[in-house]
Amino acid sequence: MSELIPAFDWQQVVVSPWRDDPGTFFWIALMGFLVTVTCGLVGNYLILRRMALVGDAISHSVLPGLALAFLAAYAISASQQGPDVPHEDLRKPLLMFAGALAAGILTAVLIEWIHTKSRVKQDAAIGITFSSLFAFGVILISLFASRIDLDQDCVLYGEIGYVPLELGPGDWVPPSVLRMGIVALLTVVWIVVFYKELLVSSFDPGLAASLGINATLVHYAMMCWLSVVVVSAFESVGAILVIAMLVFPGATASMLARRLPAMLLWTVLQAALSSLLGLHLSLWLDCYPAGAMAVAAAGLFVVAWVAAPREGLLATWWRRRQMALEEPSIPEPPALGDGPMNPRSD
Amino acid sequence: MPLLLMLAASPSLQAARIGDVSDTHWLEQAVRFFSFQDPSLRYALIGSILLGVTCGLLGSFIVVRKLALMGDALSHAVLPGVAIGFLWSMSKNPVAIFIGATVAGLLGALMVNLLTQTTRLKEDTALGMVLAGFFALGVCLVSMIQRLPTGTKTGIDKFLFGQAAAIGAGDVWLMSGVAVLSLLAITLFYKQFLVTSFDPGFGRVIGMPVQVFHLVLMLLLAFAVVIALQAVGVVLVSAMLITPPAAAYMLTDRLHRMLVLAALFGLLSGAIGAFLSFLGNSLPTGPCMVLAASLVFGAAFLGAPRHGVITRWWRQRSRVRRIGRENTLKSIYHVLEDRDFVGEGVSLKELAERRRETIEEARRQARELHRHDFATLQDEDHSIWLTPRGWQRAAAIVRNHRLWELYLTHSASIAADHVHEDAEKIEHVLGEDVVRQLERHLDFATRDPHGKRIPSSVDIHQAGRPAPSREDPRPTGYGGGS
Repeated sequence: MSELIPAFDWQQVVVSPWRDDPGTFFWIALMGFLVTVTCGLVGNYLILRRMALVGDAISHSVLPGLALAFLAAYAISASQQGPDVPHEDLRKPLLMFAGALAAGILTAVLIEWIHTKSRVKQDAAIGITFSSLFAFGVILISLFASRIDLDQDCVLYGEIGYVPLELGPGDWVPPSVLRMGIVALLTVVWIVVFYKELLVSSFDPGLAASLGINATLVHYAMMCWLSVVVVSAFESVGAILVIAMLVFPGATASMLARRLPAMLLWTVLQAALSSLLGLHLSLWLDCYPAGAMAVAAAGLFVVAWVAAPREGLLATWWRRRQMALEEPSIPEPPALGDGPMNPRSD
Repeated sequence: MPLLLMLAASPSLQAARIGDVSDTHWLEQAVRFFSFQDPSLRYALIGSILLGVTCGLLGSFIVVRKLALMGDALSHAVLPGVAIGFLWSMSKNPVAIFIGATVAGLLGALMVNLLTQTTRLKEDTALGMVLAGFFALGVCLVSMIQRLPTGTKTGIDKFLFGQAAAIGAGDVWLMSGVAVLSLLAITLFYKQFLVTSFDPGFGRVIGMPVQVFHLVLMLLLAFAVVIALQAVGVVLVSAMLITPPAAAYMLTDRLHRMLVLAALFGLLSGAIGAFLSFLGNSLPTGPCMVLAASLVFGAAFLGAPRHGVITRWWRQRSRVRRIGRENTLKSIYHVLEDRDFVGEGVSLKELAERRRETIEEARRQARELHRHDFATLQDEDHSIWLTPRGWQRAAAIVRNHRLWELYLTHSASIAADHVHEDAEKIEHVLGEDVVRQLERHLDFATRDPHGKRIPSSVDIHQAGRPAPSREDPRPTGYGGGS
């Protein structure tokens, strides 16, 4: 056991990374924060729309889109410079975005199609769609392993630790952090600009329809944006952190707040905390940072679940107890007679 | 560059296939497959089939309960259990891993229940949280185990994507045990599972321990997930639980038939997956199985005899066309009726005027009638002559329409100018027995509310006469009546 969980050393786990190598850890923490905050903000709406598992599905099903993007990049480069294409040339961010977007839209359309056109329910439709696409992606990758610079493990937990290494000599910011930062900024802009439409269509689809908001459009816009977020987060943090961050910040926020603006603020806070805590957790236990951040987010949710001031388990238990103690002061219901049916008769 | 490093560090793909052979021709491979000589291939095939059957059977229940994604959550939730089971024995001991994974899976299922009961969060969020939380914990544990000096060569990372080649004799025994256990549980408690799946409220009322059966189902599901992990991997196990039963669900309305079909489809996908991954030298087994299952589902989704998309579309299309033909026939009858059934043919112009359409449209409809043997085209396609069959159908449709109008005004007291629209729809679906009933009920009346004559059975069944050039439209229908 002791070799599995190293002793907790405050100096080594918390202080020294920031004192000795602040650059590296700053970028890792920033990347983690950007991913968690973007996923968390989008996830808030997914939770409200009861589509939490659609996010899970899309984060699996972008895989074939990415694989096809690699194959397309290979075909383009090979037609220009012959069959020996260096791996660096296969990473075309634009193509990857396009592939992932197409796969995301395909997922959303397939899910809709299966569950509206047949008797199969939505949950089964989600399961079938994403597993088929993911399996297809894995098979593509293993068939063309030499041409697709991607493997399943990196898809699952990514490598956030490599983010600072991307920093070239003339760069200010590692390219993946820059990309994620732009996506995060766009997400905030998107939420601010379409705040009303998103709010109304998430809480009351009927009202949204009567106000002339196109629900289908909002739905597909959401799906597209989700694919963009997933694919930009993918490389560095993998699907696992994406899935976790789509649900945990939103769920934590909904334990703590009842109004959407407050929920969004709590989401940002939870995102910042879980990326920092996760980073240090991974330093302590020496495990994948993305996995540790997800575990930290889960831990924060559990804290909120137990101790939230109004909705938490403790608060609910305390309220029930108080009510039980104060019971005599509650006016008695009118007696129905002293038969055995009346529980208060004895 | 970092990505290259990563590739070099993860050899999981290269080993995740059954026959670890160098490049051989696929035909040779197929022969090897069907001769069942390789012991590792035998184990892989038997294992794939067993897990397909077990997952198909148990998955049926979660699909009909709309809990399909519970399978997904459960399959991710077992990962920390696998890791802890592994830590316990420090080897890939099937029993330790089995126990750990089952406990973790059950914990996950209980957690989903607890979350939905104690918070405002909906079930999908709870499932997502259990899935992601447990899985992240598992990933951390796995990466910590791999860091251990003894952990690197143990292949615990194979549990993520599965490796059918790693199935050994012990695994096959475990799989058969679980398969037999689930089969027994389902046959013994079929009625209980049926009731708790479709109407838990009723189950509670008749004193059935619904919660207990839910737990038993979750336990069996956890077993199924664990035995499937070896071959399919954590990420894709849920597909084996969802896809074959969903395909079966497209084909039947009864649970017992669905169970049999789902087990069959599971078996099929397992065998096809094992075969494909053996055929291609670099194909991983799990995704092949899942794709095979998806293909089966796709076929059922499109072509199921009653619920399939194509069959339904085809049925609807042929219904729309039948109604179109019947409306044309009705118009021809109206034209004939307007000239007291004098003369045989109806010209395209008359039909077009009657239907307020162009000549071209009328010609298209006439051709359609001709194709279905309801009419012949004469005078260089300018006039339409009904065949006996066409006459019968036309008269029957007009009779249905007028009978229904009369019924609505007579028995439902609806004003005569309000009944046409309704009759326009019902005329195409009234069956002969309902028509008989209506006729009896209306005392074999001969005039509809608008004073037009209702064709009687005698009019309709004048076989061999294309159209009645009858001088006196009989004042009363057969049977006398009003």
